[in-house]
Amino acid sequence: MKLPDTLRFATRAATGYPLRTFLMVLAMSIGVAAVVVLTALGDGARRYVVNEFASLGSNLVIVLPGRSETGGFNPVNAVTSTPRDLTVGDAQAITRAPAVLRTAPITVGTSEAVFNGKLRDVTIVGTTADYLKLRRMELAQGRFLPAEDANAAVAVIGAKIQSELFGNQPALGQVLRIGDRRLRIIGVLGQSGQGLGMNADEVVILPVTVAQAMFDTNTLFRILVEARGRPLIEQARAQALEIVKARHDGEEDVTVITQDAVLETFDRILGTLTYGVAGIAAISLAVAGILVMNVMLVAVALRTNEIGLLKALGAEAGAIRNAFLAEATLLSASGALVGYLLGQLGAFALRTAVPTLPAYPPDWAVIAALLTALSTGLLFGVMPARRAAQLDAVQALAKR
Amino acid sequence: MALIELTGIERSFTLGDSEVHALAGLDLAINAGEYVAVMGQSGSGKSTLLNLLGLLDHPNTGAYRLEGRDVTTLTADEQARVRRERIGFVFQSFHLVPRLTAAENIALPLMLAGIEPAERSRRVDKALQDFGLANRADHRPDQLSGGQRQRVAIARATIMQPAVILADEPTGNLDRATGEDVIHLLEMLNAGGVTLIMVTHDAALGARARRRVVMQDGRKMTDEAT
Ligand SMILES: Nc1ncnc2c1ncn2[C@@H]1O[C@H](COP(=O)(O)OP(=O)(O)O)[C@@H](O)[C@H]1O
Ligand SMILES: [Mg+2]
Repeated sequence: MKLPDTLRFATRAATGYPLRTFLMVLAMSIGVAAVVVLTALGDGARRYVVNEFASLGSNLVIVLPGRSETGGFNPVNAVTSTPRDLTVGDAQAITRAPAVLRTAPITVGTSEAVFNGKLRDVTIVGTTADYLKLRRMELAQGRFLPAEDANAAVAVIGAKIQSELFGNQPALGQVLRIGDRRLRIIGVLGQSGQGLGMNADEVVILPVTVAQAMFDTNTLFRILVEARGRPLIEQARAQALEIVKARHDGEEDVTVITQDAVLETFDRILGTLTYGVAGIAAISLAVAGILVMNVMLVAVALRTNEIGLLKALGAEAGAIRNAFLAEATLLSASGALVGYLLGQLGAFALRTAVPTLPAYPPDWAVIAALLTALSTGLLFGVMPARRAAQLDAVQALAKR
Repeated sequence: MALIELTGIERSFTLGDSEVHALAGLDLAINAGEYVAVMGQSGSGKSTLLNLLGLLDHPNTGAYRLEGRDVTTLTADEQARVRRERIGFVFQSFHLVPRLTAAENIALPLMLAGIEPAERSRRVDKALQDFGLANRADHRPDQLSGGQRQRVAIARATIMQPAVILADEPTGNLDRATGEDVIHLLEMLNAGGVTLIMVTHDAALGARARRRVVMQDGRKMTDEAT
């Protein structure tokens, strides 16, 4: 029996029992679709976080108040209480380190901004002039915070704040009231997008001392440090730590992390998560494989007569084995294909529902899912096919 | 040289702890072109004999020569090839593949033999014409009458132009008139030169054959020619 005939015969057999074929394809496709969607979700989350950190700026070292025990980045330790203030003075001192290009102290808080009777909650970021370059941000209008006067009553607003509070009117030169302070708007940020959960379009940037006074605090949320180059990141980290330690009476009460380390950690955690969900989803493929075997065993039992007939008509055992194997492969292949399409559809739906999440299934997951589906189908199809091929012709013909 | 030559054939089955001798000490020679009716009571070994002749079953002892060749020692694949090319089966219960059309059922042996699709459809078309099934080509078995089904089965049995047709009670599931038609068809094929070996317990049908082998308890009781 020639290969095209074997395939056609198997196709006719598969389409000859539509309900069985439908259920089979459904089971296999759910497995494949699960792998595709879940890995898309996992890898999407990983890419989201990685992009978020990358958008912070490059060659970045971050100084956080509080000591992290492990030395590495740990999201839990990063928010523990502060033993000693991290100050603007610390930031200025770090700027003088040889491996450091520039720094930006950061204070963060929320408040209400009022203009012309319109009121809006805003995120306040208190920082210095270098923040703009360090974060690689662009101004749409005006200028950024002045380097000379750290106490100036000025503000730079995000694009969304400008459109919501001012609409089409010019914002530059207007006076914005935040809390009990009146600040002159000197600049508007360009549209940017996300940055560490802080949407730069919805912030109001003030001189750091003004912001600290507003929130009645001396400590900083963190200090962003830009190294002079990628190879100097590690040196910048060591120097920053050394300087702050010296200024804090020799106590190492801050955590200095590099962007790379943070990225690596998140990359690893979420990458592992993705492998995990892929593994769990793959189990459903193995289950589908066992289902293929059962369905094919039932097919052999139901078609015993037909197998006897084929033998009487002169089919070799190999031809019968191939026909049943082709049928199992066909079922799992169509299941894999349908599952792949369903999975891609699911990933697309995810991306539509959550546009910020780049939920694309990784190639390795798609290939692994399709290969697993095909090989389980083939593998679990072998036993029923061999059983069919080994049937005794006379008994097979006599069975009712 | 006889087409079929059986000598000292034994075939027994073990049922529980008793042994059933379905065929015992059987010698039989059939020449090419003969028309043989195999008769006898139920359980006398007729079907076992036919299965053996069709290489679907193996004797415990004895020799089977088909066209001068000892076929009992062939490998399973070689026997499949002999079945494909030299033997045509017609069964009491038709044994058509339910999901395939009449034409596809007739084409099965050609497909198994690896014959090209063009040649296949040419031969199937001719068979459909010859057997009066031209307007039934695309019908599935459940859309055909019993007589039509058996005609499809006979077309399938002869499509490879075998040397011998083995028919096990081919009219058993048909009414009298339809059975007549089917027998007539088989006799026409025999008249064309094909050896016809037919199991029947209908004495009237047996009387039409030119030779009657009557079986009893796995042995040949009478063997007479007219
Ligand atoms: N597979 C088998 N297992 C056990 N006994 C069998 C088997 N096939 C046939 N027999 C026995 O062999 C004898 C001959 O059977 P069979 O050739 O079918 O008879 P017939 O076709 O003449 O009615 C019967 O006694 C039957 O029970
Ligand atoms: Mg019988």
